[in-house]
Amino acid sequence: MGLADYLHTMRGAAAVFAKDLYSELRTRYALNALIMFVVVTLSIILFSTAGETVSPSLSAGILWIIIFFAAMSGLSRSFVSEEERGTSMTLQLWVKPSSVLLGKLAFNALLLYILNTLIIIAYTVTMPSFTVKTLSIFLLTIFLGSFGLASASTFIAAIISKANSKGTLYPVLSFPILLPLLISVIDATRLSVDGASLFDAFGDLKIMVSYAAVVTAVSIVLFDFVWRD
Amino acid sequence: MKTWMKLALGIWMTGVVFFGFAMPIGDIPGLGPKARIIFFHVPMSWLAVLAFFMSMWYGIAYLRKKDITYDIKSATAAELGFVFSILATVTGSIWARFNWGSFWNWDPRETSIFVLLLIYGAYFSLRTALEIEERRASLSAVYSIVAFVTVPFFVFIMPRIMFSLHPGGGGSAAPIVNSNGKMYLDMNMRFVFYASLIGFSFLYIWLFQMRTKIGLLAYNNQAEN
Repeated sequence: MGLADYLHTMRGAAAVFAKDLYSELRTRYALNALIMFVVVTLSIILFSTAGETVSPSLSAGILWIIIFFAAMSGLSRSFVSEEERGTSMTLQLWVKPSSVLLGKLAFNALLLYILNTLIIIAYTVTMPSFTVKTLSIFLLTIFLGSFGLASASTFIAAIISKANSKGTLYPVLSFPILLPLLISVIDATRLSVDGASLFDAFGDLKIMVSYAAVVTAVSIVLFDFVWRD
Repeated sequence: MKTWMKLALGIWMTGVVFFGFAMPIGDIPGLGPKARIIFFHVPMSWLAVLAFFMSMWYGIAYLRKKDITYDIKSATAAELGFVFSILATVTGSIWARFNWGSFWNWDPRETSIFVLLLIYGAYFSLRTALEIEERRASLSAVYSIVAFVTVPFFVFIMPRIMFSLHPGGGGSAAPIVNSNGKMYLDMNMRFVFYASLIGFSFLYIWLFQMRTKIGLLAYNNQAEN
């Protein structure tokens, strides 16, 4: 692929990203619904742990449960809405498949970063046992983990947007694919809460980087088969 | 498969089952007679992973050639892999009850087979949720490739680096298979083990051919009506 092709793909991706961003800013559908989802989930957790002392390592796991299900309820929209509104044909005519994938991935990653920031603020305020001691591990985990999560879930969203019973299918298909990532992010978050040094989390961080790289590469290669059928 | 081959397979597997229990295997530290599970459990797990690979392989073949036969083969391999995964999980779990004291304790090996089962489950859910044939074929092929790319990490790498009680894992006494990948089986055990591996592989081939034939007939039947 030459430089011109590469630029062409990137320009298309930027256009898809801008389109999704404008339509989200106009309706604020995804973000509003997702914030309410997080509020509801967090309240259930707070009700059920009221009066209990939640151990720091358990609180690290609960944080990722919220993030995982928030992602599962919000990120499928990127492709499902194109199918529902019947606009996927138009997109197929205008931009290359890889541009669509990269644009959607960028939008989902941005959405997940905003959402995770809100989740973490709300969670730290309401969950007293969750105090991050090693900030470097925590920030890297959120940064890399969210990207890996966005990458895998964007691709699975493209698959399920063509299927029936999309909502149920999405977490079912995503969970086994995401499990390697989830195990390492939960472990790294626990290390950051326990106050381990950055070196201790090195193994987990390596897994997150390689996971994000592998999943993004594979989804770019395979996206043609999903998109054009 | 010819009839004589099926008969031979039946006799062979009977022999494997018989010698699996009857062959004197000597005293293995920490395991004793429980080591006999290697004759059945390991070939089943091996086939579960092999079938998973074959399913992806036929998936790639479908994406390249767009021939529905490959999709039927891919689904068949996944079905067989699912059955063998369940068998491996159940035998392993019973063994764990008597060797480690509980049916399930999230040992890395148990986690990895659990993930394999989840993937098969997700694969079949995806297939049932797609009505158009070509779409079902290409999307399930894509899913099995993605799963195969992310999961080896689980099935192959994690059980070997994490602390595991499973024979062959880091931290276990490794009486049979140690972490250098060397096997310490005495001649009797080795003989039955390889015989079982061959037997199970042919069992897989036979089941695979039979299920593929049924799948193709069902597909043609559907196309005619």
